[in-house]
Amino acid sequence: MMMNNTLRNQCKLLPGSLVTGKWNKNQYKIIKELGCGANGIVYLVESGNRHYALKLSDNGTSIISEMNILKSFSKVQGSTLGPSFLEADDFMKTGKQLPFYVMEYIHGHDFLRFIDKKGSSWIGVLMLQLLTSLSALHSNGWVFGDLKPENLIVTSPAYKVRCVDVGGTTLIGRSVKEFTEFFDRGYWGLGSRKADPQYDLFAVAMIIINSAYSGRFQKKGEGYKQLNDLIKQKKELHPYRKMLDKALRGQYDSAIQMREDLVTVLSKQNHSRKKGPNQTATGQQQTVQPSTRQARRSQNQSKKKSGGFFETFLLVAIISMLYVLYIYEQLL
Amino acid sequence: MKAGTLRQILLITDGCSNHGEEPSAMAELAREQGITINVIGVMENDVIDEKGLKEIEKIAGSGGGVSQVVYSQQLSQTVQMVTQKAMTQTIQGVINRELQQILGDSKTMEDLPPDKRGEVMEVVDELGETSKLEVLILVDTSASMKHKLPTVKDSLLDLSLSMNARMGDSRFSVFVFPGKRNDVEKLLDWTPNLEALTATFPKLSTGGLTPTGPAIREALTHFNKKRSLRGLLSHDDEQYFEESM
Ligand SMILES: Nc1ncnc2c1ncn2[C@@H]1O[C@H](COP(=O)(O)OP(=O)(O)OP(=O)(O)O)[C@@H](O)[C@H]1O
Ligand SMILES: [Mg+2]
Repeated sequence: MMMNNTLRNQCKLLPGSLVTGKWNKNQYKIIKELGCGANGIVYLVESGNRHYALKLSDNGTSIISEMNILKSFSKVQGSTLGPSFLEADDFMKTGKQLPFYVMEYIHGHDFLRFIDKKGSSWIGVLMLQLLTSLSALHSNGWVFGDLKPENLIVTSPAYKVRCVDVGGTTLIGRSVKEFTEFFDRGYWGLGSRKADPQYDLFAVAMIIINSAYSGRFQKKGEGYKQLNDLIKQKKELHPYRKMLDKALRGQYDSAIQMREDLVTVLSKQNHSRKKGPNQTATGQQQTVQPSTRQARRSQNQSKKKSGGFFETFLLVAIISMLYVLYIYEQLL
Repeated sequence: MKAGTLRQILLITDGCSNHGEEPSAMAELAREQGITINVIGVMENDVIDEKGLKEIEKIAGSGGGVSQVVYSQQLSQTVQMVTQKAMTQTIQGVINRELQQILGDSKTMEDLPPDKRGEVMEVVDELGETSKLEVLILVDTSASMKHKLPTVKDSLLDLSLSMNARMGDSRFSVFVFPGKRNDVEKLLDWTPNLEALTATFPKLSTGGLTPTGPAIREALTHFNKKRSLRGLLSHDDEQYFEESM
């Protein structure tokens, strides 16, 4: 869903303008807009001669949840999937308080653009990388959720696939609240929206299918049959057929298992001809609105920082009280 | 005090009421009873006129909920978004009241530094995931809605998919208005599963009147009956969320 216009106008900043944090007083100079979505606008910014990505929003709640997720990511060791977190603050713009957070700037091309330029032989390799990263994420108890080509950035010179937009990232066992229909197994009638590793693996399969077509499809009738037909119609998808089928049906226990099958496919493919940039697809597809469904987000597990303020104490008290009441309710 | 049940009415319509009580007055009544009203205006090729738009906003405003006008292709995502947004809004309202009591007047989440806000947000998210949820869906089946009904049905199935993925229980019931004999007709009683709609929805006959106000009033009694039953068993605290808005 597109951000509404008032939000866009409120968060619109011109190159050269300065964003100063109300609390930490750090200053960021806007270089350009990197992208905008349902929850805010992301800018490339400069501070102390370094580049960062800054996400600005007028929706306090979703951006704060996102910040919580990014923070707890930074604590997951060796996770290179998402951007690292720098700080969160508020920007006062003509009397209105706009929350923002600053993260690592991930420099590169988005996945589909990269494949267009470098050829489809890169799809398999990049998916191997992605599955490795997902496996680490899953073993830490998280599911990425909103996996889609627009959220994948391939960095250079060393080609590495990274993810941006952790808005859909969810603790295993909770509900995925931000997703994009085309990549969502619930939409295709192939499973629930409860976060489990298979949820992400389904999306990985859809990314591979998507990269063989230039557009996306709407569901018509039985989802599984439609997806199977789509795979059959594209020759370049044939080598992946068994793997895609298993992923679509949620039959992989882990990302590592799917990765092993992908390795097998790719090593067999070695001798077959290299494919050029993808072709345009048959007339059957329709482009579906690509942006993420906006909703409330999942929470994180991050431990609270200790601070000496009275406010902190009160907050902790309130929070524990709410938890106690919650547990109390469960007992009844 | 405890995290009780979040109660919502989801009104799906495509225009103006023309019969019975003022809908926004009924929405006010709902809010008094701790029931949030969300309104979705569905368009297809037509556009909702100024008057319809005003009414939609006014109902959600009075009902303490969220409103959104969409083309029917985007209905699924909107239904989910509106429902979840309203849940968060209600929970945040409660937490803000708590904060005000403890930190002093006019302190809300926004006045806290981002780190602390993050901690409060964790609680909001936790409650959103684990609270019980009851959504009474009220569908306008006046003539102009007829060809939108298949899309409405799909979006409701999609909503139950999202809500049932939560850890807390969700229950839905579906009413249509105008009904065959009355202003409102019950299609589906409280159930966690909306699959049963598939059978009944396509067969709906559509009528001429749009009694939105009476439909809301009726819908409220459907919550009330249940609550008075439960009221015997549980504490006053049960209404923790309901009273908060
Ligand atoms: N850390 C980053 N480094 C580089 N580019 C980024 C970064 N974060 C976001 N972007 C760019 O900005 C775009 C929008 O960001 P993001 O997806 O977080 O916004 P959103 O409001 O969540 O959008 P959506 O509707 O997809 O959920 C991304 O698609 C990406 O191109
Ligand atoms: Mg995004």
